[in-house]
Amino acid sequence: MIKFIAKGILRDKSRSLLPIVVVSLGVLLTVFLSGWVTGVFGDMIDMNARFTTGHVKIMTRAYAANQNQKPNDLALLGTSELMDNLKEDYPDMKWVERINFGGLLDVPDEKGETRGQAPAAGQAVDLLSPESEEAERMNIPGSIISGNMIQKRGEALISNEFANRFNVEPGDEVTLFSSTMYGSMAFKNFIVSGTIRFGTTVLDRGAVIVDIRDAREALNMEDAAGEILGYFQEDKYLQEKAAAVKASFNRKYSNEADEFSPVMLTLGDQEGLDEMLAYSESVIGIVIFIFVFAMSLVLWNTGLLGGLRRYGEFGVRLALGEEKKHIYKTLIYEAVIIGFIGSLLGTALGVSLAWYLQEHPVSFGAMTDNLGMMLPSEFRSVVTSQLFYIGFIPGLFAMVLGNALSGIGIYKRNTARLFKELEV
Amino acid sequence: MNTLLMLFFSFSTLLQGNPDADEILERVDQNMSSKNRVVESTMIIHGRRGSRTITSRTYSVGDTKSFTEYLSPPREQGTKMLKLEEQLWIYSPDSDRTIQISGHMLRQSVMGSDLSYEDMMDDRKLQEVYNAEITGETSIEGRICYQLQLNAKVDDASYESRKLWIDKERYIPLKQELYAKGGQLLKRITLSEIERIEGRWFPMKMVYKDVLKEGEGTEFMVNSIRFNQDIPEYIFTKAALRR
Repeated sequence: MIKFIAKGILRDKSRSLLPIVVVSLGVLLTVFLSGWVTGVFGDMIDMNARFTTGHVKIMTRAYAANQNQKPNDLALLGTSELMDNLKEDYPDMKWVERINFGGLLDVPDEKGETRGQAPAAGQAVDLLSPESEEAERMNIPGSIISGNMIQKRGEALISNEFANRFNVEPGDEVTLFSSTMYGSMAFKNFIVSGTIRFGTTVLDRGAVIVDIRDAREALNMEDAAGEILGYFQEDKYLQEKAAAVKASFNRKYSNEADEFSPVMLTLGDQEGLDEMLAYSESVIGIVIFIFVFAMSLVLWNTGLLGGLRRYGEFGVRLALGEEKKHIYKTLIYEAVIIGFIGSLLGTALGVSLAWYLQEHPVSFGAMTDNLGMMLPSEFRSVVTSQLFYIGFIPGLFAMVLGNALSGIGIYKRNTARLFKELEV
Repeated sequence: MNTLLMLFFSFSTLLQGNPDADEILERVDQNMSSKNRVVESTMIIHGRRGSRTITSRTYSVGDTKSFTEYLSPPREQGTKMLKLEEQLWIYSPDSDRTIQISGHMLRQSVMGSDLSYEDMMDDRKLQEVYNAEITGETSIEGRICYQLQLNAKVDDASYESRKLWIDKERYIPLKQELYAKGGQLLKRITLSEIERIEGRWFPMKMVYKDVLKEGEGTEFMVNSIRFNQDIPEYIFTKAALRR
């Protein structure tokens, strides 16, 4: 029967063309939007993970309670031992120490007095260990505008905006004026190795990047770190795995009564990222619902028009003794086949478009420049395995629903009046 | 005993006539301000992870010039601060740099204490900055005090308003509360160990508590104070920072 129906669909273009076009378009949009939303939200979450949250993050309880202020006076102490324990307890994860610091970046004149200065938002990461992946993780080499990466102790990368504002060139000296973790004044001279621009205001405003050893010396933080970030080998956030690591770490190392005991948070626990993850999933759900609803309306109408056009055909089939139920069933089978063909076409087009925008991201740099949120400057979609089946949900469901609604008319035909109708 | 003291002071006040708020402020300024002074002090900062002790020597002339040199601990030793009018420079021997501090940075904590750079620098006479009003009388640690409400009359006051509890006999504030423009309490200062020095009363211990900050506050103790000294003029130059 399937073969018979398929032949009917292919030979009678007026029965199939418009529904296939409608389903294909709807599926294309569903697939593409799913890829786009997943890509954009994924990039935002990934950027946060790389720069601030990790897949999991360890801080002291007191630091965690005020983590927006990056209070280094509440930093973790004895981090080398903790790092050893982490590597032993969770060998399939990568652990890195970070120090965030604020202060003033001061440019001297020839007398060593202030020529210009601006607030600094510094990040200290391990840039000089040969095995460190931090520079690539934060895309530092790709964000350098002038000069070079930090090659040795005493060098710093500074915001390109700051460098332009105060006429600072690579090779010039700047001074960081900050506070040690014990509250004393901290002064440290750095040679500017290069200037940097990440394309996001949150990261670029007063950005200073130094090696963690220099920060430790300047801020009196030997064997201490503000945060320890953990990354999965898979290089993506795995919610359930993160929750399991968090539970086991906190059970072993954290003590609610001690505000300086370490506590682990997952990426989702920080910066409202759990809400963002849930939001991205609900956006995909909403997109599918909208397309199922809208396409069902269109396909219902198409079905009604088709039903009117095929009024005679159904009449003859009824007159020949075919059961109403059987005709209705063939109509649904037709819908499934048309929906399948449309979904297949739409999925192919949608995946192609998503792949194109994955390889050729759209730059929104000018729009994101002044935003306070941590957003990537380029938005891209992403091709996931989900895209290959997600379009079939609205494609098949809308088509079947449309035909099922329009096919109800078959049951309203009065068999006794069939021949009279057919005479006409 | 307290009641007797109250009666005694009430009687004395009746004989002398009640000073108004401006007269009280004037007498406070006479005690607290001077032409110049040299102070050696110890600051004990009680943080959440323990306490630190910092000693320093400060030369100041009126409310316009001030020079502070940190004497200990070793990490702070040799750090110097110079204030001229509204400008502040800090010199660090480690980096051999002189950095100018201005704007909102002046409201930041000094050495992690409960004092801001502005608190350290601000030595203007209260009478020049605030309008005062007597709001009552109360007793602090057995001392009868005028309770004064001070509201800023200039735009550049560090704190928009203050509440002062002034010892009725010695004209020294025993307690202060400092408020922001919105009326939010920012700091509490408790002054004690009042001593008679060179004909004036002066508090040798002040405990600052920044109420927006956790911790037990900062004790500021005057080890020695000399008024109206001959301070060489070169002390108040940027060149002196590097000496």
